[in-house]
Amino acid sequence: MSALPLLDEEPPLLVVEGLTVAYGARVGCRDVGFELWPGEVLGIVGESGSGKTSLLNALSAKIEPAAGRIRYRLRDGTMADLFDLSEAARRQLLRTDWGVVHQNPRDGLRLTVSAGANVGERLMAIGARHYGEIRGSALDWLGKVEIDRDRIDDRPSSFSGGMQQRLQIARNLVTNPRLVFMDEPTGGLDVSVQARLLDLIRGLVADLGLSAIIVTHDLAVARLLAHRLMVMRGGEVVESGLTDQVLDDPQHPYTQLLVSSILQV
Amino acid sequence: MTQTLAGYNFAYLDEQTKRMIRRAILKAVAIPGYQVPFGSREMPLPYGWGTGGIQVTASIIGRADVLKVIDQGADDTTNAISIRRFFARTAGVATTERTVEATIIQTRHRIPETPLRAGQIMVYQVPIPEPLRWLEPRETETRTMHALSEYGAMHVRFYEDIAHHGRITTTYDYPVIVNDRYLMRPSPIPKFDNQKLDMSPALQLFGAGREKRIYAVPPFTKVKSLDFHDHPFSVESWDAACSLCGSTTSYLDEVLTDDQGGRMFVCSDTDYCRSRTS
Repeated sequence: MSALPLLDEEPPLLVVEGLTVAYGARVGCRDVGFELWPGEVLGIVGESGSGKTSLLNALSAKIEPAAGRIRYRLRDGTMADLFDLSEAARRQLLRTDWGVVHQNPRDGLRLTVSAGANVGERLMAIGARHYGEIRGSALDWLGKVEIDRDRIDDRPSSFSGGMQQRLQIARNLVTNPRLVFMDEPTGGLDVSVQARLLDLIRGLVADLGLSAIIVTHDLAVARLLAHRLMVMRGGEVVESGLTDQVLDDPQHPYTQLLVSSILQV
Repeated sequence: MTQTLAGYNFAYLDEQTKRMIRRAILKAVAIPGYQVPFGSREMPLPYGWGTGGIQVTASIIGRADVLKVIDQGADDTTNAISIRRFFARTAGVATTERTVEATIIQTRHRIPETPLRAGQIMVYQVPIPEPLRWLEPRETETRTMHALSEYGAMHVRFYEDIAHHGRITTTYDYPVIVNDRYLMRPSPIPKFDNQKLDMSPALQLFGAGREKRIYAVPPFTKVKSLDFHDHPFSVESWDAACSLCGSTTSYLDEVLTDDQGGRMFVCSDTDYCRSRTS
């Protein structure tokens, strides 16, 4: 992906140091550290079981890490340790400044209420109390993610997989977050739908200046979306660097294996 | 009836239980709208028939109290009569059908039309106390949501109503914010009665027996019904007046009078209606 943002101008948005996630004696990921700058898209790749999702869950404050620090730059410019914040502040952050796009839309959507309510919920959660305005933003966002406006009162359960995923993205972006976590956003979709979704995500990330952390096992997705890549295996980061560099000139044997495993059509 | 039933403690419950429930009530009054857990007892009637309300009434009733019990506004329905007789037998207290004479009014689904006064206590029977339950099945999560005042998602339901029907269609058990803090279910009263909760001079206690929760709205507490700025809260209105007393301001029931399509509107509050006709 081109147009790498100028990294020198602003301090990092997210600083992660020595992050370890453990499930009892079992380790999800070990000693992970990185920095994420505003407007940057970081890809995390690796096979299943390599600790990608554990890392993502810890980063998005879903599970508490066993060790390490996650610091995030709040809108007022101060760096805050994520787990030093009160639970109220952390949940507020998740609802407003952050977005999480799940692999399975069922985890990220409310399937029993209409598409409009799904998009509007985050607005209502931060205090919007004007029906007309909420509906206006919902319509606007459905347009941006290419869902027909007349589907606004339909339930997401009647949507196709690709539409559900796009609705999930709209629901997350309606509060103008600065950081979005995506867990296999194109998993389970057929290739033509994937391509359009990737186009959409790429456009939105560039237009809105979002920072994003995208977990995927699909190197093609990583190449399209990510500025930088981290390759994980067995819970540890084995290689990291600029996406093109990692994919064109892999150094670690595992990365070499991963890159050579891409199906050549 | 002044002779109480032999072999039972005053007002059925034992004194330890009453003390436990009174402690829960005190806490509930201290934190308006907050659901206080309590050790709900087996009562001699099934869950859903008012076990929570009866336990609250049994814990606060004294020999000098005058009890009124209403069910859907009426004093003469099975449930209301049974509960009134229960306390007449087990506590030997005076009972009444008149709102102005009562010191304790146990109710299911209505607040009397006659304005309440300071010193009166309303006891509500509550089936499901948790207003967030429909949207979050986990108790741990709903408690966190209450603790952090995360009530925004409640409006999703109203959004859906307006999107599909053009207006908020919730007509009873209409959620309210108590004292600008806690979200509360007012029990299945019509939203018509929500306005009577606000700044009421009477103490209002809510008991949920099956769910083991007690909550309260102390006298002169602000109670606000949820709404949207462009779809403000409004109450039911009728084109007709009460066929018996002619009231145009009370909550009316529609009664079918024959199988020819005959119908009439009458006050749901039987005591109020009677006091206007006699």
